[in-house]
Amino acid sequence: MQADYLDGNALAGPLAEIFAADVSAAVSRCAACGQTGPVASLRVYDRAPGLVARCPGCEEVVLRLVRSPDSAWLDLRGAVTLRIPLRDGTGPGGQR
Amino acid sequence: MTTFTRGFHGRRRGEDDRLPPGQYLAEDFPVLSAGPTPHVPLDRWEFTIDTEAGQTHRWTWQELTALPYEEPVVDIHCVTSWSKLGTTWRGVSLDVLFEDVESTADYALVYSYGGYTTNLPLDDLMDGKAWIAYRYDGEDLTPSHGGPARLLVPHLYFWKSAKWVHGIRLLTEDWPGFWETAGYHNYGDPWREQRYADD
Repeated sequence: MQADYLDGNALAGPLAEIFAADVSAAVSRCAACGQTGPVASLRVYDRAPGLVARCPGCEEVVLRLVRSPDSAWLDLRGAVTLRIPLRDGTGPGGQR
Repeated sequence: MTTFTRGFHGRRRGEDDRLPPGQYLAEDFPVLSAGPTPHVPLDRWEFTIDTEAGQTHRWTWQELTALPYEEPVVDIHCVTSWSKLGTTWRGVSLDVLFEDVESTADYALVYSYGGYTTNLPLDDLMDGKAWIAYRYDGEDLTPSHGGPARLLVPHLYFWKSAKWVHGIRLLTEDWPGFWETAGYHNYGDPWREQRYADD
């Protein structure tokens, strides 16, 4: 049977509209069960009025994204943190 | 049993008149879901109404399906822009379920197996406007369409017709549900095209 969800790479395009960094490459921590893993490993239910990304461990909602004509609604309550990889800010040309 | 048809008022209206603004006609029945499909065994299924005073009214599957039912034929309108006309259901009117419920609450929060919620004014569940539906098009309601039972409240966008319905909590203050807290309209009248929060 075909899965009724996509992997978290499906978030890359919609989130690229909001964030400068690639959030699908980030590591999230589930607020419900504490499981840590790449955003790309979340289960994304896209056949819905918005995108609903769920933890692969406990199936609780980690992230929701609704795009109206003039706004994006982003709910990250289900994520304790997002660890977002950034280029080295301490080396030559760094801002720190 | 009562059979009646919504969507026809007096003389028969054309399909175009029955499509709210911004909607297109779907011939199939798209399946939308915000999560995995719950599979609830009927011997453990129950439907609950919790009042603001702390009273709980419960129905088992056998009790629910033994109640007088109706077979509404209704047009349904999904916020993702498809509409389906003349859908046939079987279910118990919320008027029947609320017969012995004492409440002065103005708001209802509907909750489902699987964790989904949606809110609406209690008035929108009463007076023949809403059902707990357990058959669709002559067959038992399939899990993908919300079976064993879903709320059917067709005068609002279909996200209000919660699949896998488990209960209704009566509240004195409005409590926005799953999509209502994520940018969708708090009420969701398709004829006023209330899709998003500011519509």
